[in-house]
Amino acid sequence: MNLALFIPEITLLVIAAIVILLDLFIEQKRWLAQVSISGLVIAGGVTIAMWGGSYPAIFNNMLAVDNFAIFFKMLFLGIAFLVILSSTDYVSKFSKFQGEYYALVLLATLGMMLMAATTNLIAIYIALELTSISLYALVGFLKDKKSTEASLKYLLLGAVASAVLLYGMALIFGFTGKTQLGEIAQVIQSLPPMTLLASPGLLLGIVLLVAGFGFKIAAVPFQMWVPDVYEGAPTPITAYLSVASKAAGFAVILRVFFSAFGLPVWLSLNWGLIFAALAAISMTVGNIIAIPQANIKRMLGYSSIAQAGYLMVGLAAMGMASAENILGQSGVLFFLASYAFTNMGAFIAIIAISNKLNSDLIEDYSGMGKRAPLLALALTLCLISLIGMPPAAGFMAKFYIFNAAIQNGLLWLVIIAVINSVVSAYYYLRVVKVMWLGEAASAEKVPSSGALRLALLLCCIGVLLLGVIPGYAIRLAQLAANIFAY
Amino acid sequence: MGMVVSFWILAAVGIIAALGVVLLRNVFRAALSLILCFLIVAGLYVTLSADFLAAVQILVYVGAISVLIILAIMMTREVAQGSPNSRFQIPAFIVAILFLEVLVLTLINTPWPVSSMPPTAPTTAALANSLFGEGGYLLSVEIAAVLLLSAILGAVVLAREK
Repeated sequence: MNLALFIPEITLLVIAAIVILLDLFIEQKRWLAQVSISGLVIAGGVTIAMWGGSYPAIFNNMLAVDNFAIFFKMLFLGIAFLVILSSTDYVSKFSKFQGEYYALVLLATLGMMLMAATTNLIAIYIALELTSISLYALVGFLKDKKSTEASLKYLLLGAVASAVLLYGMALIFGFTGKTQLGEIAQVIQSLPPMTLLASPGLLLGIVLLVAGFGFKIAAVPFQMWVPDVYEGAPTPITAYLSVASKAAGFAVILRVFFSAFGLPVWLSLNWGLIFAALAAISMTVGNIIAIPQANIKRMLGYSSIAQAGYLMVGLAAMGMASAENILGQSGVLFFLASYAFTNMGAFIAIIAISNKLNSDLIEDYSGMGKRAPLLALALTLCLISLIGMPPAAGFMAKFYIFNAAIQNGLLWLVIIAVINSVVSAYYYLRVVKVMWLGEAASAEKVPSSGALRLALLLCCIGVLLLGVIPGYAIRLAQLAANIFAY
Repeated sequence: MGMVVSFWILAAVGIIAALGVVLLRNVFRAALSLILCFLIVAGLYVTLSADFLAAVQILVYVGAISVLIILAIMMTREVAQGSPNSRFQIPAFIVAILFLEVLVLTLINTPWPVSSMPPTAPTTAALANSLFGEGGYLLSVEIAAVLLLSAILGAVVLAREK
């Protein structure tokens, strides 16, 4: 076994341990963030170096080192980098546990990287738990009433979702006798179609898997935790949850459903239809409930439910597609990348603004265009990207994923999605209107630290790059999705 | 034959104990019922020739977890009042029954593959091999260690004062 392929994960773990220990000895706590970031950079560099190579899976075939895994590792490392950059101000106000904060962020990232790479049901489950438990603690980090309530809700509902997921895995293991995704696929494909049709155990297992993963990606009807948790959690963690945790869920779904249940065709048509239905419900419910929200974190919470709906359009397209058509998969990957930049940018702007205002109410953003023109401009760009208007990344992402859906006969779903995009413009643009046309409550400027500005700048560059010259990123997404072509 | 009889006895008592956990008003009695349920599950493992798993079940669940639960209850006031009524009782009941029906129908109607091999006994060495040996689940064991680290960190942060 080639342990060199495991260096990114080992680096993160070592850095997490170093951060915890350093926290005990040093007075200057800002070094903790810098050590964490240097760890992420090292891990990222090693990961990039692996891109494009064809390496054998390690740990007895349980950990794939393919382009798909590397794409997601890069995504998670990048998001963690932005989260830590945008946390520095926030965390420096804590009197205790600064090291634990960064260490938990790193461990959650490690869990997500493993989620994207593992090809075994048991390892997937444990990686998912590693991510979840780190996030439960991070959500409750403020320890005030709202944060504690959010953490408790997330923990309880997350435990139920884990139980459902585990039940699904147990049924699939019981039916096939395998936990390795590739072996499960072999067993399923070797059975005659009639036996499969007469086996509700396998189908129920798949449905329970959808429910368990649906919680992670916050799809309706598994979304009840989203608004309260998003509102109560520290804002950088809310950003982390809305972007990385969702991306990790999609990574696992893509790998599990394609590697294990991609064939026979009627099976993938069936789960494709499940995802199509969930996509339609998620988009509609998320967008409609987002309209009356007064708190911007809650609004973005519901908006993230709607975005999960658009992403599931790609999953549905993948289920409907024939084997050599990977538009759906690569569409999901590209959408996740553009969504990561967009939503991180929006949340970073919110962090900067709420540092000054101590409020997350949309009405308090009134006149922000005059008080903090650059922040307001960045937030506007991100909101436009969330609607899916050019020249932002969101436009290309939606265009790509809807194109994949239409090519695979899901015109009805795309019509619903487009109507939803129009509805969503209403509440996104309301924030823009309040910021630029509203009267400012005071003429005081809104200051922001260098780290926040750097993070926001990176996000805006990402949003514009993916929106204006998407070719390179689309190529990367296609290369990563190529592992799904037979 | 003896196995079959003991399985059905354990199953019946297990269901009664599980119902007790949900239905008993007094939280302390519910906790005791839960411990009984854990014990029954350990018994079921024995009937399935999973001796190591049964021992672990007794050590961890019947031993450690139940002590933890009872300690937590001791620190709670108004134990006897139990859980208040909830307006979701009836909908939850209906959903639970529906889910039960789906599960039972599924389990009955699926042609589960049954191994004809005799069970391994004792299982401890075989388990150790499949966890740590060649071709085993070493990765999962390693991640579980990190998982514990993360859980400890989380517990320390949440439990200690700000």
